[in-house]
Order: sequence, then structure tokens, then C-alpha cells
Amino acid sequence: MTESRIIDTTKAPPPPAELAAKAHPDLILGEHGLCPGCGEPVALRLLLEVLQELDVVQRSIGVVGHGCYGSFVQIMDVEVLQCLHGRAPSCATGIKRVRPDGVVFTMQGDGDMVNEGLQEVLHTAARGENVTCILLNNGVFGDTGGQQTATTVIGQRTKTSLDGRDPKTHGYPIPIADLVASLDGVAYVARGAVSSAGSVARTKRLIRTAFEHQLAGSGFSLVEILTMCPTGWFVPAAAGPDYLTESLEKTYPLGELPLRPIRLEAGR
Amino acid sequence: MTATQAPRLQLLDGGAAITASALAAGCRFFAGYPMSPFTGLLESMSRELPEVGGVCMNAESEIEAVNMALGASAAGTRAATGSCGQGIALMQEAVAEMALNETPMVLFNMARNQQDYFQCTRGGGWGDYRTITLAPKDVPEAVEHTQLLFHLAEKYRAPVIMYGDPILAQTQVGVEIRELDFGPLPPKDWALDGSTGGSGRSRQIWTWAMGKTTDPGLGPDGQWRMIAEKFAAIEAVEQRSESYLVEDAETVVVAFGTAALFAAHVVDELRAQGHLVGLFRPITLWPFPATALEAATRSARRVLVFELNAGQMLDDVRQYVYDRDTVRFIGGVSIHDSGMSFGPLLDAAPIKERILAELDRPSTQEVAP
Repeated sequence: MTESRIIDTTKAPPPPAELAAKAHPDLILGEHGLCPGCGEPVALRLLLEVLQELDVVQRSIGVVGHGCYGSFVQIMDVEVLQCLHGRAPSCATGIKRVRPDGVVFTMQGDGDMVNEGLQEVLHTAARGENVTCILLNNGVFGDTGGQQTATTVIGQRTKTSLDGRDPKTHGYPIPIADLVASLDGVAYVARGAVSSAGSVARTKRLIRTAFEHQLAGSGFSLVEILTMCPTGWFVPAAAGPDYLTESLEKTYPLGELPLRPIRLEAGR
Repeated sequence: MTATQAPRLQLLDGGAAITASALAAGCRFFAGYPMSPFTGLLESMSRELPEVGGVCMNAESEIEAVNMALGASAAGTRAATGSCGQGIALMQEAVAEMALNETPMVLFNMARNQQDYFQCTRGGGWGDYRTITLAPKDVPEAVEHTQLLFHLAEKYRAPVIMYGDPILAQTQVGVEIRELDFGPLPPKDWALDGSTGGSGRSRQIWTWAMGKTTDPGLGPDGQWRMIAEKFAAIEAVEQRSESYLVEDAETVVVAFGTAALFAAHVVDELRAQGHLVGLFRPITLWPFPATALEAATRSARRVLVFELNAGQMLDDVRQYVYDRDTVRFIGGVSIHDSGMSFGPLLDAAPIKERILAELDRPSTQEVAP
């Protein structure tokens, strides 16, 4: 039994592993231009793989807000409306209402969804719009260089809270997924991360479940994905995943969130 | 059934008439947030749109309303929204976005007065853009303008505005609603339906017009140059105006919207008394009917601008009138005590009084507002 523990590196890996290592998602057209260690490209890949696996690519319409991930418009091979900061859920509402057969999703960062667009996402959830919102939460405004957002966790250093977020000065972070889960009209809320192989695999399942809810017509779905932003966090690229686990995950526990126990009857 | 075909006149207020006309134009999505005097339009849309399989959203804010309509329009549906003054101000962020990412949209500014002239014609968002703005004088014209606006929005892939007012929104008149034909339109091959997903060149709507990596696209510089050229072309061909008794007029009154209706009545009265007075009415506030104004004022000794604000259209008139030294402002701020409508200056008697006062002054003296 002991000899089987030694990995033979003189031969190529067996086919399944080899395929996985070489696989390039069909719906990603080129290379992203984001920083080393960024978690957002992983989240994009999961999202696009799910759309492909569900075989809904040719009826998918994405609405992308503003942030680093805005550059994905150029590399994601799915129809996209790039909209104003914070407004993606409202635009998605308009699209879904006139194209009920479309698979409509938004991709927003935490500054986009929770700062600028808090009203939009809450009302869209409460209306029970049958769309799927993806939140890429890294606790900072990455695109503008790492300033504090509404989800920055206590103690987290940002360019506008250099000594760490102090609730006395900066208030408390908003757990948007928990807020959304407390609303009627919501079918599914979950929180994942992309900081380890395991969390990546679990997050993909959460995204898939969210879209399955949309396909079943059961209402609003939200998947919050904790992503690494080593540049905005002032940590080395390789330290991003550990920093995420030690800081963001403590404030935003992973998993599917329980929905409001008392549910008003759906009126439609 | 009678033997003769009776005209299908319906007694409707402005909001209901615009709704009926919008539906005839194929509008199938509307979103709005209540605000007087726009509210009536939102209410009639909420009643009528579901009847034809459309959607009316009672949005939670003006910002949400305009972005919902943006989404519906980006997906290829004829969509509209509206509000008045302050609400339109909240929508300006999205109006600029639509002008730059080329999404058609009809905005109904059922305004409280004429103080939104700059807001409608000068934008208020970011970037190089203009908005085609039509100012109907009465409900029947608003019915026609509604369908024209949907046509222009789609023809130019741009947001367009109807500048109405409380009298237009709330007056009941007999109108005939029928589908109007303004000519062919380009195909909507830009609309998002998902079908190009996975093709390598899936569609996108974006102010920067950066293409997919497989198709680099125009990029922001190319996109915004193209949009600037488009608005220059619109300015050249879409000027609309009405000249009334200007050929021999020594005095030309310039007024728009409901105010022009009152001014036309006063011009008739003054003509009957022997005064050589005419009226020039811009129908498009942008593009401002520069060529026609210059022609209409070529032989005038004085040009009197009557508008119910502190003198906003005055800037355009001064810019395009044949001789700017002849221009005088005879309008003014005049707001009803409720804040929701015009004050006493919007009446034939005070307009007539102000015109007569100017007729006695030397013609070359320019009077500041």
C-alpha cells in the first residue's frame, strides 16, 4: 500500500485530470485583465459554466454593473447590457418582464449592489422578480483602488479606513444576503466563496441551484460570492484566500440562507 | 350600427389620450412613480397596458422606473417612462446612459410649468448628447407627438422627451386615436434576446462600445464620435415649428406649448385691432428650429419671447433670431399657489397687456429679463 502514495510524475496524468487541467470554458473568449490573485474571474467562470451546463446560453441575458468585473463584458460570450452603477436589478426587471422566457441575471460588486444600488436589489427581491442576482463581494471598491464599501468588515483596512473599519466612525457592514432572505418573494439565497477548491465547487452548485429556481419560475434568487481582492486588501496575491477566510467569512458565513419562516402567499 | 362611419372620437384627458396613442404606437412597457401632474398618465397606463399584454410597473422610485424601461427597451420592446421636473432630474443619469449606449426611450415630462426647458433641452446627465424634445400645444397634438416620439426614438436609437404641462395632462378633449405611419424604421438587430450567446460575437449594449475580444468594436472614442455625428445630423433634419401670420409682422411673439396656444389667441385679437403681430412656435425645443426662426423674424422690428419661466428659451431665440437686438423677454415666473401648475400670467389678458406695452417702446432697445 505504501508504494501507491508515490505519484509518478514521469507520465502524463490520466485522461479525466488532464481534461480538467486543459479545459477552457467555451463562453470565455480571451484573457481577463484583472490583478493576480483576484477571485472574480473564478466566479465568472462558474457562472458561465452553469449557464452552459443548464443549456440556456442562447436565451441568457446578463446585466452587468460597474466595477472591475465590468471588463468581463468583452470576454463573456453571453448577451450583456452594461448598465449604470447600482441599477442592474431594475434593468433586469425590465428585461425579464418583456422576455419571460429569457434567463436573466445580474452581476454586481458590493459597492455596486450594496452601496449605490441597495434600494434596487431590495425592491427587486421583494417584488419576487424571477431573476438571478450574483454579488461579487470583496468588501472594497476594487476598480477605484480599494476604498471602503458597505460590506467592508470590522477591522478591515481600506484606502478610506487605513486603520481598519471602526464601527464608531464608519458604522457596521450590511449583510445583504441576510436582508434579502428576510423578504417575501425570494426563492433562494446562498453565500459561497472562491477561496479554495472546495469552496469553488460548492459555489458552483449554489449558482446552479439559483438558476434552477429561476427556470422553475419560483422567484428571486441571489448568490453572494466572497471573492479575493489582494490589491485592495494590501495583502500579497497568494495570501488572498487565507485573508478571505479569516476576515470576510467570519462576518458572512457560507452556505444556503434560511428564508423568512412566515411566508406571505404568492399573489401571482 | 349606423349607415355612416362616425368619427371615433373619444373624450379623454391628456394622460389617457397619450396612453391610448402610445398603445397604438406599439408601446408595451411603461414604468413610473407617481408625481402630479404625471400621475394620471401612470394610472391610465396601469389600466390599459395589461389589456394588450403589456406591462406597467408602479416602480419604487424614478431611478428604478427609468432603468426598468431601459432594460425593457434594450430587450427590444417599445418602452416609455415619465415624471415631472424633480422626477425627471432623478432620471437624467439614465437618459445620458441611453443617449450614449443608443437605447430608444420615450420620456413623458408632464411638467408642472415651463421651468423644465433647460432640463429637457440641455440634458443634465454626463457626456456629449442631446434629447429630441417635442412640446405639443394641446391634447390632439400630444396624441400625434406620442407616436412620432416612439418613431424618432427608434429611428435614432435615442431617448426622446415630450414636454407637457398640467393643462395638457388634465384637460379632457375629444380625440381620435389611430395608428400613424411615419415611414420605415431600421431593423432592431441590436436588441438583446440571448440568441447570439455562444457565437463568439454575442450582443452587448454598452456606452463604451468595446467589442468582444474576437471583435474589438468601436471603443469609446469611436462610439462617442459616432454619437456626436448622429446628433448633428438630427439637428439638421428634425427641426419642427409653426409660423403664424409672420410674413408681414412687425412684431413676432415666440412661445411654446400651451403658452403658445394662448399667445395665438392674443395675436388674433391684436390683428383684429390692426396691429401687425405674428407668432412663431417651436414644436421641437431641441433641435431648436433655428432656420425657420431666422426666416420668420427677418423683417420683424421686435421679437417678443413669452414663456413661463425666468427666460430659458430666450437663450435659443437670441442665438437664432435674425437680429438679436430686436429680442425682448415678456414672460416670467408664474406659479399657482399649489405649486403644481401655472399662475395668472398664463391668460390672454396679461399676455396682450405685455405685448401692447412693448409696441410703444423703441424697437432697437434690448431689454434684459
